Amino acid sequence: MMERSAVPGKERVLYVYRGDDYQGEEVAYRVPVVPGMVVLDALHFIQAHEAPDLAVRWNCKAAHCGSCSGEINGEPRLFCKTRLDAYGSLDIHVHPLRTFPIIRDLVSDVSWNYERAEELVPGFRPAEPPPFHLQQWEVDRVEEFHRCIECFLCQDVCHVLREHGLFGQYWGPQLMVRIAELEMHPMDTASRTDLLHSAAGVGLCNVTHCCTDVCPEGIEITHDAIIPLKERVADQHYDPIAAWLRRLRRPQPTSP
Amino acid sequence: MTAAGGQAWETLRHDVLVIGAGGAGLRAAVAVSEVGLSVGVVSKSLLGKAHTVMAEGGVAAALGHLDAEDSPDVHFRDTMKSGHFVNSARMAELLTAEAPERVWELERWGAVFDRTPAGQILQRAFGAHSYRRLCHVGDHTGKELLRTLQNRVTQLGVAFYPEVIVTRLFRDDSGMAGALAYRRVDGRFVLLRAPAIVLATGGWGRVYAVTSNSWESTGDGTALAFAAGADLMDMEMVQFHPTGMVWPPGVRGLLVTEGVRGEGGILLNAQGRRFMADYDPKRMELSSRDVVARAIYQEVQAGRGTPHGGARLDITARGAAFISRKLPSMRAQFLALADVDITREAMEVAPTCHYMMGGVRVDPDTCATRVPGLFAAGEVAAGLHGANRLGGNSLADLLVFGKRAGDAAARFAAASVHLPVVAASEIEEEVARVLAPLRQPLGPSPYGLHSALQEVMTRCGGIVRSGPGLQNGLQQVLEMQERAARLAAPGGTLYNPGWNLALELDAMLLLGEAILRSALERTESRGAHYRTDFPEEDAAWGKQNVVITRDRGGSPSLRTVPVAAVTPQQQRVLAPLTQDVTGRAPS
Amino acid sequence: MPSSVRAASATASPTRYWPPWAQSVTTLVVFSAFVLYSFGVVVFERTGQYHNYLSPFFSPPLGQWLGIPFAPAVLVAWIPLLFRGTCYYYRREYYHAFAADPFTCGAPERPERAYTGERAWPWVVSNWHRYWWYLAAIVLLFLWKDTVSAFIFQGQFGVGVGSVIMLGNVVLLTAYTLSCHAFRHLIGGSRDCFACPRGIEAVRPPVRFRWWQRISRWNRHHGRWAWASMMSVWATDVYIRLLLAHIIPDVRLLK
Repeated sequence: MMERSAVPGKERVLYVYRGDDYQGEEVAYRVPVVPGMVVLDALHFIQAHEAPDLAVRWNCKAAHCGSCSGEINGEPRLFCKTRLDAYGSLDIHVHPLRTFPIIRDLVSDVSWNYERAEELVPGFRPAEPPPFHLQQWEVDRVEEFHRCIECFLCQDVCHVLREHGLFGQYWGPQLMVRIAELEMHPMDTASRTDLLHSAAGVGLCNVTHCCTDVCPEGIEITHDAIIPLKERVADQHYDPIAAWLRRLRRPQPTSP
Repeated sequence: MTAAGGQAWETLRHDVLVIGAGGAGLRAAVAVSEVGLSVGVVSKSLLGKAHTVMAEGGVAAALGHLDAEDSPDVHFRDTMKSGHFVNSARMAELLTAEAPERVWELERWGAVFDRTPAGQILQRAFGAHSYRRLCHVGDHTGKELLRTLQNRVTQLGVAFYPEVIVTRLFRDDSGMAGALAYRRVDGRFVLLRAPAIVLATGGWGRVYAVTSNSWESTGDGTALAFAAGADLMDMEMVQFHPTGMVWPPGVRGLLVTEGVRGEGGILLNAQGRRFMADYDPKRMELSSRDVVARAIYQEVQAGRGTPHGGARLDITARGAAFISRKLPSMRAQFLALADVDITREAMEVAPTCHYMMGGVRVDPDTCATRVPGLFAAGEVAAGLHGANRLGGNSLADLLVFGKRAGDAAARFAAASVHLPVVAASEIEEEVARVLAPLRQPLGPSPYGLHSALQEVMTRCGGIVRSGPGLQNGLQQVLEMQERAARLAAPGGTLYNPGWNLALELDAMLLLGEAILRSALERTESRGAHYRTDFPEEDAAWGKQNVVITRDRGGSPSLRTVPVAAVTPQQQRVLAPLTQDVTGRAPS
Repeated sequence: MPSSVRAASATASPTRYWPPWAQSVTTLVVFSAFVLYSFGVVVFERTGQYHNYLSPFFSPPLGQWLGIPFAPAVLVAWIPLLFRGTCYYYRREYYHAFAADPFTCGAPERPERAYTGERAWPWVVSNWHRYWWYLAAIVLLFLWKDTVSAFIFQGQFGVGVGSVIMLGNVVLLTAYTLSCHAFRHLIGGSRDCFACPRGIEAVRPPVRFRWWQRISRWNRHHGRWAWASMMSVWATDVYIRLLLAHIIPDVRLLK
């Protein structure tokens, strides 16, 4: 795809994880540096010249698709967006997402996230059929969540999943963004508060903000998705005064 | 589980199999699922990663929210004119008539478009569209569209098989029998049995060195269809998007959305001249893509290019706040990858291979190929765009023809009485073929052959072509096809990209050959197809499409077929254009 | 998870100037110091009143009203304690720094240790954050009243260094209180549709939406307000305590 004209004397060594979920090791590869080179470029060079079977997932190479997620020097990042020159003289260690099982080399099995998305009910339930009449100021709030590229870096860094392994109890920040997107849609009529309180487990999040820090799309996951959802759960499950007011406001059943 | 030659395969069964999980594939799957049939979708990638996410500008639909004069008829005229009249009028008619309904449907499924002050879907101007027509969400419309369809198929419970690569289709004379595929994540083979198959595999931009396309765009589906007996059409029509990134080298070819020009960006050469005034003074930067792409190419050839061989695209005049709101992804892309802040500096851009107008020849109404039970929709199909695609029409294409293909495949599957059996020997033979590169001890590297192909295609079959160049390129591609038989891909079957590329190269080499042969055949210049030895449009060629059929020996054989006749009704809609051609002012 | 994968995680990163643990260590040290100081003041000090200045730890003077002679601050201090203790920003900080859950993002924890998040005792208390907000808002009204008093010297308007400090403190506390996530929810975050019931086109956003938007903007800096207001409370009390001990005199800026 691009010229691989190596600048004489300008080489970098990348330490790339090779192996699977059970065993593996870092392998050092020398890569000639090209201006503006990103980690994914370097991995492509390694594939073309040294290790044709080096497994790495990628698609658009423009940070739009969220495929090339991994960990560089222990930080969750997109390979296509991480430039080699940002590391100065530091070593570069390239690893797969390690919250999920490693299939091979830099590819992890992220199917768990898609399975949770299948369990997300109710889906979008609009109040009226389209065409909708909505103002820009009304949709701005959910458009932020629609920026999500499903790279799962937030899932990778979330300690509830990563360290405590509570995959059966908490769906992770990415699914919280997805739920927020439905929950706060100005046309939506359904409520997902009970789901959040039970299976999706928003109560397990302790708002440590790590997910927000790694989001390549700059979505304010903690502030705009998770905390507002926690407050909605509090409305329903932790606020006796609100519950009492709801009971008062609920229309009395009229006898026919 | 059935075993063959040490390799086992699993068998799965669906009423309809959809190959490809971009916009067209998912829309087809929704259509099938909604009538209650079982549908399986296979994809080379994960769900929601298809190349559709890269579509930035918007989806063209004549809603007339900002310009009340707009209508499906005007959209139809624009589409036909842009396609230089070698496109299918029926497809253009269906597209323009049905696009609005398809867009509103997305809204019902949860898509959120930018809004007008009246609360309707906002539409933006785009190259060669008469009116502001592209419904959009900032500059990530494709992602919104794909995500909406993804959520829809998830809700409908469509069976989805991620990271599965189909290598062969099986059929008999009454319909499809199924497809053989392997799963990247465990290297296992799967036989997906279905009487109807929808191909939605997208394009093959990866045959070119500079392309906006993702790794998936290798044309596997087109090659599968051809091998199964379908015809290919308009293969010479390759769209080069005028504005791809140029620098740094790693991002060369990466798309810079036409939305930049739609929102007011201007093109300047190295001397600071707004050169589009010399090529299309009326439409300037918003001229059709082939014109703008060639203009940039010619400026660079004439020595008026930027240091890295491109033109400057400048939108700084619109101000930082506007740019950040309307083009957030572009701003982020240039900041992160090129150290350029587009709110303060111009971008450096040059043409990049973007879209294949040609592909599998289909019936306009049903997307059916010549092979019973095989349907094709989206970029893989030919006919809608003719010699040049209008920006925004591809997303509309996905929705309109994805649905039509799904509907037709569902009807076919419901009516089919028997599912042809696939002989175990056929599967064993295919498994052996697929595994061959792994068992080859020594041979050329697929990566090397791929770059060689890309180099030849870019040099000989690129934005400007000539008879001798095409001939020379064809010779080289044919030689590469011989080399491809000996490709060696070390490693195992588990997520092995080298092996994968070796298999994809079969498709890319075939499609490279098809592009070069068709380009040689069309001895004129029309739309995206430009030949220095025949630089003018030829009226006679304006009535012909180049079609490639697989002959008995399996080789491609070319013929020309007349462009489908325009109905009197369509003729009436097109009338203002013919007046334009004869020198009178357009309406 | 194989150990080889874990061990490979290096620490060097191009994205941070400070090492990742710097924030947690700072939080650990400063919060601990503040808590110790507050504990000392609340439990052992009998008064925070110096002429017309009142330390925020002692307002409102509930002990005085009720005639309780010892540790008057204890009667009030639990309100800001619970308000800050359940604040989303403080939670983020102390889960990192004190509970090491996680100490820094991505850092290894002890997976065998039970983790129940905010669904079980004690952290489930955080779900009542809004109630502590209600009480804190009442306290804030008294602090404003105290601030007005701080500008009145024997019935005459005047400005002392103490008046300025108290004004600064109450402004920061107001910013902290109004930028609260729970308040953001109450003011509009709980709504999906600000333009409902629909009828006329709401081209201009309604008042409630505009307030929600404004609070959302402040909320983005909630952490900064949290730090600043904590420091200002500290500074105010220290200043008044220095006056009470006759270590420094109060300088009058305007008579």
